[in-house]
Amino acid sequence: MTTAAPQARGNGRRAWTPSQIVLTLLGVAVSMVFLAPLAWALFTSLKSETEAVEVPTHWLPEHWTGQAWKALFETGNITNWFVNSLVVSVCVTTVVLVVSALAGYGFARTEFRGKGALMGVVMAGLMVSPAVLGVPLFTTVQQMGMVDTYWGMILPQCAPAAMVYILYKFFQGIPRELEEAAFIDGAGRWRVFFTIIVPLSRPSLSAVGIFTFIASWNNFLWPYMVTNNPDLMTMPNGIATVMNSYGIQWAQLMAGGLMAGLPLIVVFVFFQRQIVAGVAHTGLAGQ
Amino acid sequence: MTTTSAETVLRPARTRAAVGSATVRRKQGFQHGGWFVAPFLLLFALFVIWPLLRGLYLSFTDANISGDSPGFVGLDNYREALHDPLMWDSLGHSAYFTLLVVPCITVLAFLLAMLAHHIERGKWLWRLCFFLPFLLPSTVAGNLWQWLFNPGTGMVNYVFGLDTPWLTDKSYALLAAVLTTLWWTVGFSFLLYLAALQGIPAHLYEAAKLDGANAWHRMVHITLPMLRNITGLVIALQILASLQVFDQVVVMQDFGPGPENSTRTFVQYTLEQGFTTYRVGYASAMSIIFFVLIAAVALARMWLLRNREEGGR
Repeated sequence: MTTAAPQARGNGRRAWTPSQIVLTLLGVAVSMVFLAPLAWALFTSLKSETEAVEVPTHWLPEHWTGQAWKALFETGNITNWFVNSLVVSVCVTTVVLVVSALAGYGFARTEFRGKGALMGVVMAGLMVSPAVLGVPLFTTVQQMGMVDTYWGMILPQCAPAAMVYILYKFFQGIPRELEEAAFIDGAGRWRVFFTIIVPLSRPSLSAVGIFTFIASWNNFLWPYMVTNNPDLMTMPNGIATVMNSYGIQWAQLMAGGLMAGLPLIVVFVFFQRQIVAGVAHTGLAGQ
Repeated sequence: MTTTSAETVLRPARTRAAVGSATVRRKQGFQHGGWFVAPFLLLFALFVIWPLLRGLYLSFTDANISGDSPGFVGLDNYREALHDPLMWDSLGHSAYFTLLVVPCITVLAFLLAMLAHHIERGKWLWRLCFFLPFLLPSTVAGNLWQWLFNPGTGMVNYVFGLDTPWLTDKSYALLAAVLTTLWWTVGFSFLLYLAALQGIPAHLYEAAKLDGANAWHRMVHITLPMLRNITGLVIALQILASLQVFDQVVVMQDFGPGPENSTRTFVQYTLEQGFTTYRVGYASAMSIIFFVLIAAVALARMWLLRNREEGGR
């Protein structure tokens, strides 16, 4: 894992050997396959609705128009959905980071009665998701009176056993000596956690945070179950249920889809180095 | 892997320190340990354990969506489920989907990671390209490919010169969802593989080269064995995710069950029973069946892993 950084940096400028040329061309070809659907979406969003459904189809718009994008903002609730997605994802990510870092550390490094049994229960929780237990989870949330509320959308996403497990594994790998020196100097558990463990775990925590944010921003199933109110919907929901229910307007739908994907794409472009380092660091890759 | 080696290196130091600090650790830990896990456990109890128990209880009742005084019906829901052809169909669709997606994604992710790892220029660009689709919401991916697969106006038939009724013929509908899923989710496994490839120590390859191993030998004797653990993880994560498939399939079929009910997945059928026909008791029984199924897969994996480790060492 430690070799990753120097390797990546060392590759800056090298000669174009024949094998590198072949590999690069192959990379370009494969990338085109991956990007073509997105390009197609972008071009469609710049066509008029009538041109979008013309047969035979064509790649580039004959008449470039921002009509679909304009209509999206004028008629849709898109800004509402965007804000809802942001509120939900930011809250979920914050809560998950705090709660699972504490729990991961608690399980990895502290002793308390019933720890083994509780850890077993949490591991069993790896197998439970809203897809597996959708209907009982819904009735539970309904009982709590949280249907069609932010609380109902946010809280059930905040107990991911997987994130606790990832951080638990990571914390186990931190040498105990680092903590013990601090204990001898008289620092308490919490102080050690915040001044030694958290700074050391920044790559893992950012990987967990980023993946939680992606999962939450893109989550469709749970918000779909728990909200009927279009004003409360998140981006993926609004686009899939409201925009589709009018009879599909493709240009507008593609514009909306790109809008929904854009924030994460921006996040990834800026943080991709940390994401890959984080995946390597969390031990996700090393297990 | 580095963590274990670090521990071995540091072990003598620990035993020395442990004598002095064991009492310190125990005291500190015992006071606060519970508080570290308490916030998570609270959420976990409310939104995982309680729904699981509640689902178990409801599965023995004829509860409807309003939740008022359900009557006890014993094992009737389970009996009905086992004789429900639609349940078996939906389970079959989820299983078929999983069987197609898991091997394809694993191989594809590995090949893409090898490609991105070995091209020396523009690493960030390949990473971005292959990972990009995963950043779209599942519904957007579903809508996008629903349109690409559209027989008249879609790009797939246009580019390949086909005339295939992808979404309206029962022999293609689920396959279309599989292809969509490959494009949409391969990036995640690709990233895991890429990180694992970067973690293989370079000196292994250098030593092999000195010994005269060619590229193929290096791949078979170094790369593949070093990637065994990550492959296990990728397969396990993909099986669990694929069995739970719902989003992109329903979006591509406009929330319907597909041509001649050919794409209705297990999750979809459960939700239909719960939210469309309001049979919460029956839906809960299916949720419990699903939970048992997923647990069986996870336990099978653990069992296989343990056997392999014992055999290997």
